[in-house]
Amino acid sequence: MVDKIAYPVQLIQPDGRRVFRPDYTSLVRDIGPDQLRDLYEDLVAARRMDVEAVALQRQGELGLWAPLLGQEAAQVGSARALRPDDYAFISYREHAVAYCRGVDPGVMTRMWRGCAHSAWDPSSVNVTNPAIVVGSQGLHATGYAMGAHLDGAEIATIAYFGDGATSQGDLAEALGFSMSFNAPVVFFCQNNQFAISEPVHLQSPVPIAQRAAGYGMPALRVDGNDVLAVLAVTRQATQRAREGSGPTFIEAVTYRMGPHTTSDDPTRYRAAAETEIWKARDPIDRMRRLLEREGLLSDEFLARVQATADAVAARLRSGTVEAPDPAPLDLFDHVYSTDHPLIDEEREQYAAYLAGFAGIEEALS
Amino acid sequence: MAQEFRLPDLGEGLTEAELVSWAVEVGQTIELNQVIGEVETAKALVELPSPYPGVVEELLVAPGATVPVGTPIIRIATDAATPEAPARTPVLVGYGPEAAAESKRARRRSVGPETGRPEAARTDGRRPDASPAARLAARERGIDLAVVAGTGPSGAVTRNDVESHAGQSVPPEPSGTAETVQRETRTPIRGVRKQTAAAMVRSAFTAPHVTEFVTIDVTRSVELLDRLRDLPEFEGLSVTPLSLVAKAMIVALRANPSLNASWDEENQEIVTKHYVNLGIAAATPRGLMVPNIKEAQSLSLVELCRAITELTATARSGKAEPAQLTGGTVSITNVGVFGVDTGTPILNPGEAAILCLGSVGKRPWVHEGELAVRWVTTLSVSFDHRVVDGEQGSRFLSSVAAMLHDPASLLAHL
Ligand SMILES: Cc1ncc(C[n+]2csc(CCOP(=O)(O)OP(=O)(O)O)c2C)c(N)n1
Repeated sequence: MVDKIAYPVQLIQPDGRRVFRPDYTSLVRDIGPDQLRDLYEDLVAARRMDVEAVALQRQGELGLWAPLLGQEAAQVGSARALRPDDYAFISYREHAVAYCRGVDPGVMTRMWRGCAHSAWDPSSVNVTNPAIVVGSQGLHATGYAMGAHLDGAEIATIAYFGDGATSQGDLAEALGFSMSFNAPVVFFCQNNQFAISEPVHLQSPVPIAQRAAGYGMPALRVDGNDVLAVLAVTRQATQRAREGSGPTFIEAVTYRMGPHTTSDDPTRYRAAAETEIWKARDPIDRMRRLLEREGLLSDEFLARVQATADAVAARLRSGTVEAPDPAPLDLFDHVYSTDHPLIDEEREQYAAYLAGFAGIEEALS
Repeated sequence: MAQEFRLPDLGEGLTEAELVSWAVEVGQTIELNQVIGEVETAKALVELPSPYPGVVEELLVAPGATVPVGTPIIRIATDAATPEAPARTPVLVGYGPEAAAESKRARRRSVGPETGRPEAARTDGRRPDASPAARLAARERGIDLAVVAGTGPSGAVTRNDVESHAGQSVPPEPSGTAETVQRETRTPIRGVRKQTAAAMVRSAFTAPHVTEFVTIDVTRSVELLDRLRDLPEFEGLSVTPLSLVAKAMIVALRANPSLNASWDEENQEIVTKHYVNLGIAAATPRGLMVPNIKEAQSLSLVELCRAITELTATARSGKAEPAQLTGGTVSITNVGVFGVDTGTPILNPGEAAILCLGSVGKRPWVHEGELAVRWVTTLSVSFDHRVVDGEQGSRFLSSVAAMLHDPASLLAHL
């Protein structure tokens, strides 16, 4: 296990050449030319979608957005390892996970536009809505997994979180609980090197994956910019979960190429030289080089990818600018799943307040 | 058709941003999301992608300008076929607080004259308590809330109160061509007024002020000034108590340099000045100005008199140079010329002390054990308590007072 932590699993090198790792290659034996092309399309579409959302924020259509730029492979590779009945608990940056799970890009921005508390029905795609509370995903996933375990469901639950989140008590509890109860969880940490402006070495002097050892949890590091390697290790971990072998911790080593959110300016805390190094490890370029080397790139294919990506971006844009504003009283919906006297009282008060304005607006126009 | 792109809130709750540069020019054809320029907010330097494809019709903001969120910055002629984004009242996102004030409602409201009827003209100047709906209804009907009897909680005006008030009384609007009687005048806050206000607020809320007072018999100073006026050296100069106070102040600062200092927050240092650039507060037609006399510590009394005379004259004529208005180290304000006893002056920002001279007048005073009519004045000094302790402030003030009480003691320091 020590070597797994020291050397991240890699199946594709940055120049597009394959790495010979029989133990992991065997996990992705079914990924032939078409599947490789599909993965590439997912990566490109995810980036295109994300770039569109950033533009929408700059145009005043979104309050905030947390870009995933650079983390496409970690997200697509892990999400594509999931089965439909597996369940993903995401943070605020996993737009590509949501996309791969089948979330309509047209609703992806609802929460960021502030026009809805939630964007999609989690149970329709088995992926939660974006959650800002750092580290909560670990507890939620562990609880869900424990429930699934008690139900005898053969599913895996995956918790997405960042390197910074591993310093959060919630995550420590989640790791402890999941081991004690052998919960079928995959802890998927995207180590994107930063928690906002704080570099990862300030979170942990040892690789993040080593933290799992304290709980007795198997852990490994994977090259998070290698979509195939991420797919392989996540398949392995979810399989362990489904067959009852308990939780696994995966540290996907990647890089947040953009700002933490649209409110952040990364040039204030990191050097351009560092960003350049990671540009050379761009997950999309790597996949493209692999396809090129293996003769799988054609103009038609590239055009198809472009068309998909543009359509996804257009859908995200139209869904955003056309999203209806919520009715003021919607505020009280979904606080409780059933009626609640206090909520009813507040709703009535607010309705009466709003009714006080009736007729004035018309007089104004 | 043309679309205007308004500066969005690029961070979370930002109210303004600086337009750093344009990346496009008038007449240029641009695509959706093409970068049109760069803006810098308090948080980051960001590129702005165009929300519309089309042709740039006009750049509405010059590079270098800082504009509030919601300001239209560019006009783009879009293809008529381009579907227009549905009109939408922003609810929570995308527009900062500044823009909120510019919402549809606000714009419609400003149809009337700026100096129109007051919204609330209560005699006590307080805004009457009223529910938001009542306010809106009152504004709509041109009713002054202050004249509506409130029946709500704690006498707050409710919408019903406004409605019934409207029922009984026709708004007292003079009809036809008769001139509306103005009960209030609205003057835009700008220029010197705006800067003075900003400086005062900054000073009052950064430097903890302490003010001390002393009342003294200045009969000897008054007599001295009378004699100085007759000297040929002082011919043509206005020889006033102010010049003597200035001289005494400069002398007193030597022993109390902490009052001639400034607090450098950024470097966490106190800067003690070994020169005196003496500010004299002057009421000018443009407002309050505090020009200062450079290197006042090296001036003789005659030179000081001349400098004060010239400085206040230039300031009053509105011709004070920027250099005369900056770089002061300590100030005097002479409220005595308005016949008042004294004041609690606010520090000129960046300075640690300001001396205030009250009116000099004949008062009953105990002189040599007996009641006598003497020339008396009150001096006060405000100082920045971060820099100056009560001890130094008091020593300084009593030292100035002593020299004015007995100007002969001034000689000892000259
Ligand atoms: C419980 C909690 N604490 C603090 C924050 C503020 N916060 C938002 S994102 C973030 C950094 C998280 O870093 P990391 O876990 O590495 O994830 P990344 O943003 O890099 O994807 C912090 C501290 C929060 N949202 N929730």
